[in-house]
Amino acid sequence: MTAIPLAQQFLNLFAALLLLIAFAMLSQRRVLSLIRLFAWQGAILTLSIADSAWLTHQPHLYYSAVLTFVIKVLILPWLLHRLIRRLNVVWDVETLLNIPTTMLVGIVLVVFAFNLALPIAQLSNTILRNTLGIALASVLLSFMMMITRRKAVPQVIGFLALENGLFLAATSTTYGMPMVVELGVALDVLVGFFIFGIFFFQIRETFDSLDIRHMEKLKED
Amino acid sequence: MIPSLLPLDVVLLVLLGWGTVAILSLALPARLALTLVFPAAMAGSALLTGAGLWGLYGDAHATLILPIGLPGMPFHLRMDALASFFVTLLGAAGMGIHTYAWGYFRTLAAEDRDGFVRLCFFYLIFLASMVAVVVADDAYIFMVSWESMALSSYFLVTTDHEIVAIRRAGFLYLLMAHLGAIALLLCFGLMQQGVGGDYSFASFRQTRLEGIKASEIFLLALLGFGAKAGLLPLHAWLPEAHPAAPSPVSALMSGLMLKMALYGMLRVLFDLLSTTALWWGVMMVVLGLMTALFGVLFAAVQYDIKRLLAYSSVENMGLILSGVGLTLLFHGAGKESVAALALAATLYHALNHAFFKGLLFLGAGSVLHATTERNMAKLGGLIRAMPWVAGFSLVGILSLAGLPPFNGFVSEWLLLQAYLLRPELPQPYLNMTLPLGAAVMALVGALAAYAMVKFYGIVFLGQARGMDLTEVHDAAPKERWGLGWMAAGCILLGLFPVTVIRLMDAVTQGLLGKTVGHTAAQNGWMWLTPVAPERASYSPLILLGGVLAMILLMVVVLRSWGVHGRSRRSAPWDCGYPWQTPRMQDSADGFGQPIKQIFEAFFGLTREIPSPQDAHPHYHSEVTDPLWKWCYVPLNQGVEWLSRGIGRLQQGRISTYLLFSFATLLILLALVSGGAMK
Repeated sequence: MTAIPLAQQFLNLFAALLLLIAFAMLSQRRVLSLIRLFAWQGAILTLSIADSAWLTHQPHLYYSAVLTFVIKVLILPWLLHRLIRRLNVVWDVETLLNIPTTMLVGIVLVVFAFNLALPIAQLSNTILRNTLGIALASVLLSFMMMITRRKAVPQVIGFLALENGLFLAATSTTYGMPMVVELGVALDVLVGFFIFGIFFFQIRETFDSLDIRHMEKLKED
Repeated sequence: MIPSLLPLDVVLLVLLGWGTVAILSLALPARLALTLVFPAAMAGSALLTGAGLWGLYGDAHATLILPIGLPGMPFHLRMDALASFFVTLLGAAGMGIHTYAWGYFRTLAAEDRDGFVRLCFFYLIFLASMVAVVVADDAYIFMVSWESMALSSYFLVTTDHEIVAIRRAGFLYLLMAHLGAIALLLCFGLMQQGVGGDYSFASFRQTRLEGIKASEIFLLALLGFGAKAGLLPLHAWLPEAHPAAPSPVSALMSGLMLKMALYGMLRVLFDLLSTTALWWGVMMVVLGLMTALFGVLFAAVQYDIKRLLAYSSVENMGLILSGVGLTLLFHGAGKESVAALALAATLYHALNHAFFKGLLFLGAGSVLHATTERNMAKLGGLIRAMPWVAGFSLVGILSLAGLPPFNGFVSEWLLLQAYLLRPELPQPYLNMTLPLGAAVMALVGALAAYAMVKFYGIVFLGQARGMDLTEVHDAAPKERWGLGWMAAGCILLGLFPVTVIRLMDAVTQGLLGKTVGHTAAQNGWMWLTPVAPERASYSPLILLGGVLAMILLMVVVLRSWGVHGRSRRSAPWDCGYPWQTPRMQDSADGFGQPIKQIFEAFFGLTREIPSPQDAHPHYHSEVTDPLWKWCYVPLNQGVEWLSRGIGRLQQGRISTYLLFSFATLLILLALVSGGAMK
């Protein structure tokens, strides 16, 4: 068995940590901790991108890493903090499904994602191919989190985490997207976040709560 | 003459000219638009007629590739004999309608500038799209022109869009047009699948499609073109949209646009598809005859003049499509010369219908314009106030009723001859049942005559039913010219059938490889002989001469014997009731009563009969289309039921929606990975 280079081992480690954080987010009830986990996930993603940049000698991945760090570790968590302070919603999150069941479903999803990534990983010849399964799994887990949460803020965090997973998938399969695309995506996330922020205030004003159950009233009968 | 100029170039020139004038007219003041648009339409029609005749006589199949369209998919144009025939039809029958419209729309131009300018724009676009449909040589430009034809005519139908009923009629029309267009799109898509990549008709022609696929194409074409032609049960839009449109537009739609459906049927069945099946022909004959019978029965019980004419259009399109079916039957059996006769009869009837139905719609337009009344129950005695319109309409109704020596007789007679040639068919069952078709045709013809007697008798003859006839004016000169052109067309097409049949030789030669012109003219140009002189032949000129001679003889005899001197004038018997008013004349409802009684099973009939003690009796009867109840209402309910089921998915809960997309994502991923495993 050939020894895997240290950098690549680190890469696998980071990917594994990302998945772990995704699970942690799935089980976390408190919004503040969710934001902290999200920031951690961003940091791990940054490290992973930087590592792969070093490994593959792709200088543009460094920019990508810097961008990720600035947006996902600094700006977005800070904005989220501000938002929940403004909205005064540091409540415990109620979930639609109880946590153990969610975790079990999550494990099934991870197995599914790994099986899904298997044929693609065999086709791909990049060093980072092993991480694709993890990336897919974290996308699915974030999606799952969006489904199971009842409040609007955790759903947005789920959406942002989903984007993290997509980013990892992109870097692992194709050494990252072109810079323009990455910038565009980063901007999209920011703009999306602002729109969500505006929506939160609107929702709260209309329903006096951020519980999206109230939006069922909007349905026409 | 420039040697490189071909009929197709002339057609292209007309299209460009119409397009330019259409756009120009949007910016012009109403008076100027009026004097520009309609003469342009007339000039274009004259050129089209010339180009069409030229295309029918010369046998050059001009093709042209326009450098517009999508990248890699340029527009192909082609003008063969079939296209030339329809270009001639569009030009010749259009001529009279445009002349009439020039006079008819002057009031609209004076009253509502914006509405009028819009009408001008869509009028020309409508004409140009019909021509483009005919000369199209790939599915792409065909569909584009077909759709722009439907859309522009929708805007023409909804000219008076302030009226709710007209908006509803327009919507129904648009809906049916789109259903048909979807069917056509699928039809061409299926054909293209056999070719691979290329949508030009030239490559469609080269492939042989067999079996189920060909049948699917046939059914889709029947659905698509049938929706335009008003084939049962897709006719529902026709009696709504035709009366809603301004009369010249109704004339255009009924006279010209419905023929585009015939063109499309012929193009797909005889040109693009190289195979046929027996049941296609049977299906078309049966559907066509049912449509014809249905249309004429409903025409006979209408009291709105334009609805009556619209139902009569349904009837005529039914006859025409049954003719196509008959051609298909003979063609499938390899009896090409009989098929050529049936095809020639069908085309002849299409041409005739364009003229007489155009004429009648224009005549109805004049009546409507002068009296603002569409209800026959309030009209009557108009022959005194509108002698010109009455005279021309008489030609129209005699043609429609299928009386010699007018044109309607010739084509219906030819079609009957084709029906009676069934011993040529190898199928014994068909052999036995086809005479029934001939019988239905005869019944339809008789009922059409009945409906026309009603139309003419109630509207033009008798006394005015409570209307002041002194305020009713006859048609203005331009309208008279238009009516006169159409009437002249009806008479000439009736008097010189051999010449007309010879014109169609190029078409039947192109589609079936056989001609009828030579057979038809075997006894000289005076005698129309469809098969053989000992079987049947017809000479309209001699018949006309005979009829005129008889009339003259009667006049002379009566004069010379002095019958007038001995005759005594007195009041007719008044049934013992001396106070008679014009309202006691036979009414539209009264005239249709026997038909209502006999064919009660066909109608959705609601009647209110007043009691004998009622001091102010009010009789009301309403005939509704039973197909609404049998086809459209169940369909509507089905769609509603389905939508309600889908509506149940709408929980209004974001988690549920997210779950839907999550599940979709998972399933798609699983499918993809399953595919990748293999």
